[in-house]
Amino acid sequence: MSNDILVIAEHLDGKVADISYEMTGKARELAAALGGKVTVALLGQGMAGQAGGFASDATLVIDDPALANFNPEAYGRVIAALIAARAPRLTMLGSTSSGMDLTAWLAVRSSLPCVASVNQLAAEGDELRISSQIYGGKVAAQVSPEGGRAVVAVMAGAFPAAAGRGAGPVEQSASPVSLDGLRVTFSKLIRPEAGDIDITTYDKLVSVGRGIGGQENIELAQELAGALGAALSGSRPIIDAGWLPKTRQVGKSGLSVKPKLYLMLGISGAPEHLEGMKDAELILAVNSDPKAPIFDVAHYGSTCDLFEVTEALLEALG
Amino acid sequence: MKIVVAIKQVPSLADEVELNAEGTNLDFDAVDFVLNEWDEQAIEQAVLVKEAGSGAVTVIGVDATGELDGVLHTALAKGADAVAKVAGEFEPGLTSHAQARLLSSAIIDMAPDLVLTGVQAPDDLDGQLGPMLAALMDLPYVGVVNSVQVSGRTATVHKEYAGGLMAEFSVQLPAVIGIQAASQPPRYAPVSKVRQLAKTATIEEIETAEDELESGLSVRSMTRPVSVGHADMIAGDAKAVAGRIIAILNERGLI
Ligand SMILES: Cc1cc2nc3c(=O)[nH]c(=O)nc-3n(C[C@H](O)[C@H](O)[C@H](O)COP(=O)(O)OP(=O)(O)OC[C@H]3O[C@@H](n4cnc5c(N)ncnc54)[C@H](O)[C@@H]3O)c2cc1C
Ligand SMILES: Nc1ncnc2c1ncn2[C@@H]1O[C@H](COP(=O)(O)O)[C@@H](O)[C@H]1O
Repeated sequence: MSNDILVIAEHLDGKVADISYEMTGKARELAAALGGKVTVALLGQGMAGQAGGFASDATLVIDDPALANFNPEAYGRVIAALIAARAPRLTMLGSTSSGMDLTAWLAVRSSLPCVASVNQLAAEGDELRISSQIYGGKVAAQVSPEGGRAVVAVMAGAFPAAAGRGAGPVEQSASPVSLDGLRVTFSKLIRPEAGDIDITTYDKLVSVGRGIGGQENIELAQELAGALGAALSGSRPIIDAGWLPKTRQVGKSGLSVKPKLYLMLGISGAPEHLEGMKDAELILAVNSDPKAPIFDVAHYGSTCDLFEVTEALLEALG
Repeated sequence: MKIVVAIKQVPSLADEVELNAEGTNLDFDAVDFVLNEWDEQAIEQAVLVKEAGSGAVTVIGVDATGELDGVLHTALAKGADAVAKVAGEFEPGLTSHAQARLLSSAIIDMAPDLVLTGVQAPDDLDGQLGPMLAALMDLPYVGVVNSVQVSGRTATVHKEYAGGLMAEFSVQLPAVIGIQAASQPPRYAPVSKVRQLAKTATIEEIETAEDELESGLSVRSMTRPVSVGHADMIAGDAKAVAGRIIAILNERGLI
């Protein structure tokens, strides 16, 4: 085992994602405490131009046509080989769509412990202290890997990106393993359909969650949005139920919004939702559960029934 | 087409989640258990794949709550063809590693063409089940998937990224797929049908020899999240709340 930290950088649609810098910044701090080095691995094709921007001890560019787009099988093989060869103390991936395919797989393959949904990391003496957000953000678990080593999935936005930007030296390398005979093949990217409004351009959003109860109540929320001059958005379950189009989804697998007003009706504040709206200028949350995680993030809150508050708002706005 | 869906029950988040006296886990006596919502999506997607082609769906879980049978009967009512559980005495709070070891040993013997599971569960502290099953069974894995179409020995899946962007992959079967959402909302199972199945259905019990069930993590504590801030809570009834909200919006020139 070394005291080094391996950060798996991430890119989407040709651009390195912020989570890569967020992890690198935290890795710097941990490596300094543990006396190790930070290696960032950037897998892809033609990504070398963006590899020089990390505050790493080394950024390893692994260039291969089979890595041009994320492919869980190809990426998994390469990263498993890096872990086997380098025995890093800590391997960091994003708790993102691609990172979630890899983290637990790599942990089992490498016989290492895994921690999901990580939002805090520290080294105390020689021990890694890791916090994970579970149960929809209602519980924080503090854990340590028994053998000292771990593979972790880091939540987007948990650490500042600025600390991970720098000009670490870049090394180019071919894939350390064969990428022949893959059973998973990337076919194409599918872009969202245009046609609906773009909620990211609105100053004011009224956003509804599962507390809205049924499709028949969407109209009421739409009425409130109309009265406030806001657009109507929603949490993932509302979109999955087909009550609002995908274009209205806020969060990890939806859109990130930063409106002047984000008025939330019946949304619990799961980490995946917070990812898309926590930077809104004014967050007002109506949720009947006083322990709902959203109240840790909102500026103003009420535990009144969302329907009563909506009716009262509509009445007051005339 | 043999389709297997691996499921688990998790504490309901609609209610308060109580911690145990030691502060090392939930107080499982004080929670209600529900089917992991993404497993519900996985069951729906499995039934849709079957209906679009042919085959049979088996739903399997580890009974850690003593209440899994009800979930399995509901799965049958929604269109599963068979249900099974891993034999043994288990307690709530089984880690993902334990679930994955137990389920993979049981599933491998079923020689499945397609294994579906929810992309994550609210209690996934030590990782997600799907990728672990894939690693243990040496099958390919793609997760965060919102549609699965099977043609011959290939599944075409759509994986979601942020902002509505998706990737299409073709995956050679057998494979494990982590479902984010089924291609249509889960169907409703009539209570009468579930009740009747509870009387007549058989749940297969599968023996496994797994005993390596540790996650390799030591849990120092579980707590409520320490928040940096808290919302300023507006007191009063709905009318008072609406009045205050309007005052706040006025102050900031938002209306
Ligand atoms: C890979 C992945 C990606 C995801 N991406 C996203 C994403 O982009 N966006 C997203 O939102 N989620 C996403 N999720 C889902 C996320 O984990 C949560 O399940 C979801 O955000 C919960 O939505 P909710 O708050 O509307 O529902 P719930 O968590 O069920 O909350 C409903 C709330 O309504 C309150 N309520 C009920 N009735 C009333 C009433 N009458 N008055 C007032 N309050 C009431 C309840 O107290 C409760 O807090 C993702 C999950 C995964 C696994
Ligand atoms: N009208 C409502 N009033 C209170 N809670 C609700 C209402 N509708 C749904 N919920 C809550 O929303 C969540 C999802 O419920 P369901 O849509 O039944 O799966 C649960 O937390 C319910 O308690």
